[in-house]
Amino acid sequence: MSVFAPISRQIGEGTIRGRARGGDTSPASILFLGLLWLSLLLAFAFLVTLIVTTVIEGSPRLNAMLLTEFPASRPEEAGARPAILGSMMVIGFTALMTLPLGIAAGVHLEEFSDRNNWWNRIVELNVQNLAAVPSIVYGLLTLGALSAIGVKDKNIVIAGATALSLLILPVIIIVTREALRGVPIEIRQGSLALGATPLQTLFRQTLPSAIPGIATGSILALSRALGEAAPLLILGALVFVSFDPNGLLSGYTTMPIQIFNWTGRPQDEFHILAAAASILLLVLLLAMNAIAIVIRNRYQKRW
Amino acid sequence: MSTLTTEGGPVVPGRPSALTPRSPRVGEKVVYAILRSASLLTIVITAGILVALAIPAAEFFAQVPVTDFLFGTRWAPQFADASFGVLPLVSATLWTTVIALVVAVPFGLGAAVFLSEYAHPTLRAVLKPILEVLAGIPTVVYGYFALTFVQTTVFREWLQLPTEAFSVLAAGLVMGVMIVPTIASISEDAMSAVPQNMRQGSAALGANRMQTTVRVVFPAALSGIIAAVVLGISRAVGETMIVAIAAGQQARIVENPLELGQTMTGFIANAALGDARVGSLEYDTLYAVGLLLFALTLIINFISIAIVRRFREAY
Repeated sequence: MSVFAPISRQIGEGTIRGRARGGDTSPASILFLGLLWLSLLLAFAFLVTLIVTTVIEGSPRLNAMLLTEFPASRPEEAGARPAILGSMMVIGFTALMTLPLGIAAGVHLEEFSDRNNWWNRIVELNVQNLAAVPSIVYGLLTLGALSAIGVKDKNIVIAGATALSLLILPVIIIVTREALRGVPIEIRQGSLALGATPLQTLFRQTLPSAIPGIATGSILALSRALGEAAPLLILGALVFVSFDPNGLLSGYTTMPIQIFNWTGRPQDEFHILAAAASILLLVLLLAMNAIAIVIRNRYQKRW
Repeated sequence: MSTLTTEGGPVVPGRPSALTPRSPRVGEKVVYAILRSASLLTIVITAGILVALAIPAAEFFAQVPVTDFLFGTRWAPQFADASFGVLPLVSATLWTTVIALVVAVPFGLGAAVFLSEYAHPTLRAVLKPILEVLAGIPTVVYGYFALTFVQTTVFREWLQLPTEAFSVLAAGLVMGVMIVPTIASISEDAMSAVPQNMRQGSAALGANRMQTTVRVVFPAALSGIIAAVVLGISRAVGETMIVAIAAGQQARIVENPLELGQTMTGFIANAALGDARVGSLEYDTLYAVGLLLFALTLIINFISIAIVRRFREAY
């Protein structure tokens, strides 16, 4: 949830805090500090336990077969190939749909809408609200919409991508707005003073300056979508897929759904497969998070 | 802070005609229209959610009285003598949410206080991304961990607790850890936004770091902290995969955290697996529960927004 307030974080990191060092001499304050340490420590211990147990459990099946084979009823032959391809395809289409829309809406709300207009305030409130709607509700929305237009087979790539786009659209809007808010007003004023129109100012000055922030937030949002299973479950993605997804209307399954599927089987061999696929998914997500953090640290300008 | 113009470009009343642009810039008007319609889309989505949930739910309530749904204590939509009392699902949701908050609130706030008030900037730059990793772990992986490690290995093998294959306790505990970064991140931002001179004033009066944190920074950041906790509640209520995997699939009134139970989200996920035909009562039931879930989170979100508005202290 790092997306919510990069502005205050910048202030926090940028200023030197003149707080007193030490001073924790009374028993109460030492205990307090100990409890603070404990809360962080336990959170990290949990993280380590989760990763270690998953790696131990999944390592026997963490091999090339996991990448190349199709799911099978016999665990020793099964792999996650269509799930990996399906995840990539769904996330790709999600990014294609949601990024332009989310950035456009964020730009409109931050740069061009009159904050005192009641209608714009409702739009803002609504975006905040949408960001906290449970993911499964977006699955129900997409399912209802598909039923309304008469689509019979709902397990198609475009349906899954639509549900995930709806899910992360508010997040993209919020990060776009925060990134734009971080660009100083002087940049805009300078550009306008030189005769640029507001839109030229946006496309040549404001938006390019905000791109690192938007990119960081968007990657984090997409990584959330990559790990999301609930809306796709509603759309019937829990099926036996023994082919590679090959287009917008193709059937598909994704990695989180495949993990859910294997976790629900009674045989232990499938649980090992679930752990192995979990490791794969975690590595993928950690890589995306790392990219986002690198972009944030390297390219984000501080004015 | 950065609103430059109103919609449609810089129209200033009484502006000299010599400065009107020579080209009408039709292209710009199109771009403005695109930007505006993108933000209108968010309203369309909300309306879509309301309509999509309300229509099947209305058909459901045409067959099942609202009071039977809200106050009934038996949830058996698949049985021959079907019963649609939603309280068993609500009881499981309540249990998992409360357990999750018992974990997430103290640990999340502890982590936030440490990061904002105690940690050296370098330590903070290391700790914060690690905490964010917790937020990035997919919920299916959490669910798998709750089921195989927390429930099976820890509860049943190590602690020998009297519990079956699933429990709301395991699901709630793991969900709590999932929510820790949400609460930590937002309340840390709120505490970091408290101006430095308030801390300095407190220190000048002889307070140590703990006293400054508890008596000055914490109250000043209270609106942000409450908002963080409320957002945590709404995430716990709406979380699906952890409870679908680890809490169990039997809908019954949960009286003890070691029992299994089916939450509202767990029911929706599970029922969607069975191929519910569009228009059948089974399909409409999904949407009735979905509507209740949406209404609950909506109320929680508005409480959060209202709290922030009401108690915000602007410096």
